[in-house]
Amino acid sequence: MQRRRSSKHSKQPLQVHHSNQTDLSTWRKGGTVGTEKSAQNHQSLSDQKNDDEQDSLEQALSYFVKSLPPEGFDVLLDVALSGKLADTVNTRLLKSLIPASAIPESSIVSSVSWFCVSKCSSNIQLLFLRWLITMFDFIDHKEGVHALYGIFFSFLNDEKLCPYICHVLFLLTRKENGESSFGMQPHLQALLSLYKLFCPELVSITLPQKMKTYFKNADGPWKAAISAVRQRNLAKSAVPQPLLLGTAQPRSRKRKWNTQLIVPASSANAQHFLVGGKMSRVDSYGANRAFPVEQLQTFPQLLQNIHRLEFPSQMGSVLTNPLLLHYMNCSKDESVYLRLYYWMGQTLQEECTWCVVDNNQYEEEFKGFLETVYKAECFLQEGFPSCEEFLYRSLPLWDGVSCRSQILQLITWIPLSTFSEMKSQLCDPLAQLFFTSSLYFKCSVLESLKELLQNWLNWHVVQLDSESDSQFSSLNTTLSGLVNGVAELINFVGRISTAALHLEKSHTFLLHFILDFYETVCDIYPKYKLPLLIMPPAGVFYPALLSMDSVNLNQLCYIMDFSSCLNFEFWVYKSEIEISAFSPHVRQR
Amino acid sequence: MLLLNHTPMAGFELTPSQPAHLEPGVGAPSHCSAEPARYPDKENADPQKVAFLLHKQWTLYSVSPLYKFSSADLKDYARMLGVFIAAEKQKGLAVDMNGELGVRVAMSGLPELRSSEQDPAAVLVQLSLRSSVSPKNSEEKLIWSGWFCCVAGDDLLEDLPENFTCLPLFLVNGAESYTAIVGSWFQKTFDCCFRRLAISPLNLTWMAAMWTGCKVENNKAAMELLFSVPHLPQPLNISYAIHPEDAKALWDTVQKTPGEITQEEVDVFMECLYSHFHRHFKIHLSATKLVEVSTGIASAHCDGIIKFLQSQYLIGVLMLLTELAISQIQ
Repeated sequence: MQRRRSSKHSKQPLQVHHSNQTDLSTWRKGGTVGTEKSAQNHQSLSDQKNDDEQDSLEQALSYFVKSLPPEGFDVLLDVALSGKLADTVNTRLLKSLIPASAIPESSIVSSVSWFCVSKCSSNIQLLFLRWLITMFDFIDHKEGVHALYGIFFSFLNDEKLCPYICHVLFLLTRKENGESSFGMQPHLQALLSLYKLFCPELVSITLPQKMKTYFKNADGPWKAAISAVRQRNLAKSAVPQPLLLGTAQPRSRKRKWNTQLIVPASSANAQHFLVGGKMSRVDSYGANRAFPVEQLQTFPQLLQNIHRLEFPSQMGSVLTNPLLLHYMNCSKDESVYLRLYYWMGQTLQEECTWCVVDNNQYEEEFKGFLETVYKAECFLQEGFPSCEEFLYRSLPLWDGVSCRSQILQLITWIPLSTFSEMKSQLCDPLAQLFFTSSLYFKCSVLESLKELLQNWLNWHVVQLDSESDSQFSSLNTTLSGLVNGVAELINFVGRISTAALHLEKSHTFLLHFILDFYETVCDIYPKYKLPLLIMPPAGVFYPALLSMDSVNLNQLCYIMDFSSCLNFEFWVYKSEIEISAFSPHVRQR
Repeated sequence: MLLLNHTPMAGFELTPSQPAHLEPGVGAPSHCSAEPARYPDKENADPQKVAFLLHKQWTLYSVSPLYKFSSADLKDYARMLGVFIAAEKQKGLAVDMNGELGVRVAMSGLPELRSSEQDPAAVLVQLSLRSSVSPKNSEEKLIWSGWFCCVAGDDLLEDLPENFTCLPLFLVNGAESYTAIVGSWFQKTFDCCFRRLAISPLNLTWMAAMWTGCKVENNKAAMELLFSVPHLPQPLNISYAIHPEDAKALWDTVQKTPGEITQEEVDVFMECLYSHFHRHFKIHLSATKLVEVSTGIASAHCDGIIKFLQSQYLIGVLMLLTELAISQIQ
């Protein structure tokens, strides 16, 4: 535990900039700070100290978004050196004063005056000197600073400040300044050597020839960090920070080892070399050896070896292998499905780019993975339970942007059975996103809901065919469930369509997608044999009727025409269903 | 206002109307309810056998069920893993070692780390480095250890078919590079998934409350809570230490039924601690994020790091962690 804590504290260097980028924009007061505000700062020293500190801190913090423009130095140096705030804050302030272009001389002069007044603590004074040394090259004009030479010189007496003062003087010294001084310390020697260079007559002591390095580049790391920040700010582009959800885990930069986004290649179970190794010696003459899964290339091969084929060691690899998907479809072994369920469920949860911090940089990979899952679902013509659970869990948190098309595609394979229970998990977040997003998103959602409906209806038809020779009419119970589910979906779409048409002022494109959905709805009875007839609601019907575009009118006419033909036959069929619901012995026509 | 980082994926939440039944190992040790399927010496796992697990930092992972894992074949698995590690080393991926003799893998069972016969036996994997000149005088230095365990994993166990082994909790101590290699081997061989197990602040408060209530002799260790205040110019960490006797006294006044803990009691307990802190320092700890909890029994960090300090309560803590791991798998 001790170890961990100390490592936390050592992560200090200039983290200010990295962590502050977007969060402190909430602190920002509108507009830039003018000179009258800085005058206010000076005046109101005596009254309401707390408010003042708060103001200055807020002003100070408002600059933290990027490196400073020249006008910012005035204010911030005043704040830092006037001793109004605590030392730690002043330290942070000084350390973050990085110029975007140059530092105005006037700010340096005024800050030196603060320095002389010694309102701030000696540590801050020291830090200011170090800052000055580091930033010396950024000061635009140095005449005024040179004029302060004498002031700096007077601080040589202070032991703590002496080395840094010397360094400053070293930087400032020109031919005009020549004075004798005392002591043989390296910094003084450096200064004296410079003096000797300019005015040999005044310097009477002899200096050793050897020492060449006088001022250690103590602030090398600081300088490096500064150049890094400046470079970054030059090439800056806005990167949206992810919303922090859940507990943040400190993941290292490189990809973590347990990621399974790359679907593994099919390989035989290594255990066969172990356990099977003992067995195969016995079986080598028998025909029961397992067919190695890597050799499975063609469909005829699958048919020939289907009795001795084994699944690969990692079930995930079947997703990209259509032959193995076929095999999985025929397999009755529950463990096959369980393995796939756990693997897919865990991978989806772990790699979800909007639920887990740090994952949004891997969005492309996650998109690819979702595509693979979708293609497998299309191949099998049914959804995976783990995928469905993932959608129910993550849709309430979805932003509508990450992996949009992939998620909308995956929604189309949600089975009806769970829909009724989980309706709120699916419909509420979808409706929220629907109303607050663009026209194209609305159309995409409508299209995916239409495909969802079609998948349900196709499934129903397949069920009908497979159960056509079943004894009992269990069809009734599933039928009513199906009818209810479908009706719920259609009503949901009706409600959101009505509202959307208001929002988008009956946009043609949107109306086209809505009417497309209702075309599928009016096919329910004739094509899919489900006794359900739902007309478009008034909020959809009237905009379509009154629209100026022929496309929409055409679609509307098609819907109306179909429905009117169906009516009589529909009611007969429906009543038959209801009769047979009460008397199970009556067979369906 | 309690700031909860609520992850819908992993939750260990109990609504106020559902009291959590504490197992005797963690709550009040004096209550030893006789339950039929209880493993005989659950309460006190043999201290000597588990001593090597104490006082070490373990990183937590959740593991989905292992397919066709047999505890009878541990020696063969160890051999295969050793071969795999050697192969990975040659690829240059593993940590560079002295270059000579290589890593030896040992896998063994830890049958004492479970709560009943229904739980599968824990499995320990240890990597040691042979670091001597002469093979005879081989001194082996333990460089990495990891163990799988399952304590009271009934939720997951009951539905699984035969050829799945459920060992949902994985604890590892050692270099990350070795964890990567061993983990990848397990993932490839037994078709499982490893995921880091984070502990949410809500669960940490539960642990704080539960562990405070445990009686420990000669407990000198203070109860310590570490809070982090992110989104400041310089992230601030607040460490709040409470004398263990005081903490236990406070908890005893809050807890109504021995052996049972409700969400309300935990909330009241934490509120008392927060308001005491506020009275002195004027800081609302409820608005910060609880990052670490340490008591005399164990210490837990929200990144999924645990340290066991008492063998007496080891099983109880493992039970809690197993529950967290299972909720991450389902």
